[in-house]
Amino acid sequence: MIDLQLTALLLAPLLGGLLLTLFGSRNWAAELNSLMSFCTFAAAVALTVRVVEAGPQVAFNEQFFIDQFNVFLVALTAFIAFTTSLFSRPYMRIEQDHGRLSTPMLHLYYSMYQLFTLAMLVALTANNMGIIWVAMEAATLTTVLLVSLYRTPASLEAAWKYFILCGVGIALALFGTILLYFAAERVLGQGGTALLWTHLNEVKGELEPTVLKLAFIFLLVGYGTKIGLVPLHSWLPDAHAEGPTPVSAVLSGLLLNVALCAVMRSKVLVDGSLETHFAGNLMMGFGLLSVVVAALFLSRQKDIKRMFAYSSIEHMGLITFSFGMGGPVATFAALLHMTVHSLTKSAIFFAVGHAVQKAGTQQMENIRGMLQISPTVGWGLMLGTFAILGMPPFGVFASEFLIITTAMHDHPWTTPILLAALGIAFAAIFGRVQPIVFGETTARRLPHPPALLPVFAHLLLVLILGLYMPPYLANWYRQAAALLG
Amino acid sequence: MPMTYTVQFINLLAAILLLIVFAMLSQRRILSLINLFAWQGLVLSVSTFVVAYSTVQHHLYYSAALTLLLKVLVLPWLLHRLIRKLNVRWDVETLINIPTTMLVGIALVIFSFNLATPISELSESITRGLIGIALASVLLSLLMMLTRRKAISQVVGFLSMENGLFFAATSATHGMPLVVELGIALDVLVATFIFGIFFFQIRETFDSLDITHMEKLKDD
Repeated sequence: MIDLQLTALLLAPLLGGLLLTLFGSRNWAAELNSLMSFCTFAAAVALTVRVVEAGPQVAFNEQFFIDQFNVFLVALTAFIAFTTSLFSRPYMRIEQDHGRLSTPMLHLYYSMYQLFTLAMLVALTANNMGIIWVAMEAATLTTVLLVSLYRTPASLEAAWKYFILCGVGIALALFGTILLYFAAERVLGQGGTALLWTHLNEVKGELEPTVLKLAFIFLLVGYGTKIGLVPLHSWLPDAHAEGPTPVSAVLSGLLLNVALCAVMRSKVLVDGSLETHFAGNLMMGFGLLSVVVAALFLSRQKDIKRMFAYSSIEHMGLITFSFGMGGPVATFAALLHMTVHSLTKSAIFFAVGHAVQKAGTQQMENIRGMLQISPTVGWGLMLGTFAILGMPPFGVFASEFLIITTAMHDHPWTTPILLAALGIAFAAIFGRVQPIVFGETTARRLPHPPALLPVFAHLLLVLILGLYMPPYLANWYRQAAALLG
Repeated sequence: MPMTYTVQFINLLAAILLLIVFAMLSQRRILSLINLFAWQGLVLSVSTFVVAYSTVQHHLYYSAALTLLLKVLVLPWLLHRLIRKLNVRWDVETLINIPTTMLVGIALVIFSFNLATPISELSESITRGLIGIALASVLLSLLMMLTRRKAISQVVGFLSMENGLFFAATSATHGMPLVVELGIALDVLVATFIFGIFFFQIRETFDSLDITHMEKLKDD
């Protein structure tokens, strides 16, 4: 039974949210935030160990379902939520000392941070497709006020765009869920069980194909808005650039993955019903378009956080493409890429956050010579950039290599497009980051020492995944890939 | 009530629902827009009640009551309070090209009916013809969000879209499971509160609720 671990996993952020709503303005709120995030992480580890040993399980009257696929995302989400809370402690204090944030704003930030973690964990572990929808919407609601935390005109605009676009997107996903329920009701009968994924998965061959086809289009477009797939991505760069950096890190590293998880759950059902490659083709199309468009936009960016937001669109496109190809190797590669992208991108955002604080601007032409003022921030940014660009020996190289070789084998025509896009992205990002790290500086010292442990911890993990894949982990990924088909 | 009358009555309500969405699309006054939204909620609640009565689905009574409470009373009351506090009660929005918007709207209705035909044919529910109308009202609300320049009208469009989805859920199926419906209702309520907070923040920063001020973020 996994009831205990699951209860702890969901209770820790809920309790954290309540406590921080009460005590969020105290001096020790940042420590409490990290502590609660650590508890969540500990519960996630316990749950992961249990599920990897004992296989897929349902809990609480079948309302929750954990298998190797979502438990891997649960572990990743809890880990990055914890390290981001460590990073946000000094980061937010510096923002406060610079006069950009007040205590009530920090209060809001801490309580919403915990509730956001809760919403993501519920969206990952829920078995009911309707509850997944509710939790995805809750994840938007908890972050929308965080994006506008600085109350600047630009941040308000970004938050409004985020709210409206994701609201529309998620509404379309609800229509998809209704259609799914409509198809399921005819097979499973009325009542609560017809939206439970485990039940749907058992009868997926009997679900009406025409309805499921339409349902998947709505689900993909709806949740795809949250993944940031082109052409539904326009909220993403704004929200990442204008929100506080810890929020950018968790949006990029975690929320996009959670939305992708919901799409993959739907894909398994649709594949079982249609027995064609319809869902996969659709995902490949959206993925490829995202990779290409994001790569082209990358070179036009002037704002450093905006540039890395476009890089997230590119990588999410690559992951969606790889899941779309399907098959054990491509799915394995996509899972690996999800892991290394989340770790690397959040590490980059941590380093970028401190670099921006030192330079006092997000405009890349005014950020110079990070290595002079703070070698650790400079190296963190440089190594993170190397990692995200897919340089060996980092893990991103391994997963991109797998994705491209599989694409070459299964869909040869996509290889030149992918390679060209990756090349353009490389030139754009490397050309911008190089003078930021090296060169002469006018940057200032910070009132608190930056938190660089999370940056190097993430990069070390990505490096290890690139050099050596522990058999335990490889086996776990293989099992997850087998579940997704 | 014999079955045929029920079906006709629900069809009538569906037609009224579609008409209300069209009225919202062309309504310039914010106060009237909110009143139309409340009427839409009422029609929705009555139609859910009729479906519940004719199909003997007990949980639909709850969702009819929930709709009545949330969409006819609470949300319009919140919106009325907001526009009073923001002092935009008598604001009139300049809408350009109402005829074109209407024509696009009609095209959307035809598109929705086409899209919904294969689903309607499968449905055994008494309300099978209505999925097209539900989809049409979702898309028309979307169109409204696109054409509006005032933050409040966009939010009313958002809420009206949610109404369309709810109508889809009761007409295509016999309503979603209750736990899901409660979750959705909670999300909508929280969203409205956050929208309210936003209105004040936007007005404080831009001195107006016009979102044309908020088109600065672009890739150049």
